[in-house]
Amino acid sequence: MEAVSQILAAVLLLVGSLFTLTAALGLLRLPDVYARMHAASKAGTLGSCVILVALAVVEADLAVATRAFAAIMFFIITAPISAHLLARAALTAGYPLWEGSVCDETRNTAFQNDADATKNT
Amino acid sequence: MSFASTFLTLATNIALGVLSLSFLMVVWRVLRGPTLPDRVIALDALVVIAIGLIGTIGIKTGFTLYIDIALALGLVGFLATVAFARFTLSLEGKIQRQTDDREQQEQEEGHR
Repeated sequence: MEAVSQILAAVLLLVGSLFTLTAALGLLRLPDVYARMHAASKAGTLGSCVILVALAVVEADLAVATRAFAAIMFFIITAPISAHLLARAALTAGYPLWEGSVCDETRNTAFQNDADATKNT
Repeated sequence: MSFASTFLTLATNIALGVLSLSFLMVVWRVLRGPTLPDRVIALDALVVIAIGLIGTIGIKTGFTLYIDIALALGLVGFLATVAFARFTLSLEGKIQRQTDDREQQEQEEGHR
């Protein structure tokens, strides 16, 4: 039984660290701040959550599992909030999109009008 | 030393190496920039990778107390990102004006 949980934890560790490496690669290689947000907030959070699951599996203790579950729920809830808040702040501040972007859905909406309004005053 | 515990030790060492590599890559993004939100996102990713490192070290050493440290670090990272986002929000309009000015200058130079 312990051998099964150890092998499962080892596989989860490898998967989690590879997801984190994907997040770091995306952060390094993607062209602008809005594209980098995809990699950092989704893959990174999944990677650390999988590593915490591995910690809960290898310890096989209810107290550890509960705390790991609480931490995972907290990360899953807060990662989209912080990424959305940051993307909204960057758009409102007027940081430009990558010149290769094909679609700017915020053009002529509240964000652009906010920027125009502050420009005219 | 059974096969399972050998495999777990090997996986822990590999995970530590991979996480350190991604930590260095994100540190490069923090140093390089080029804009403020880039650095804030990279700091957020640094917190996430540090949580992964703490979990891996918790498995390696067997101290389950590390999971509480990871939870606290996640709280601090979230608050820091929100605070930096509010700070970025206070730059509202200024960045756009700078890029507009630069485009106008380029157009005028093009007319000449």
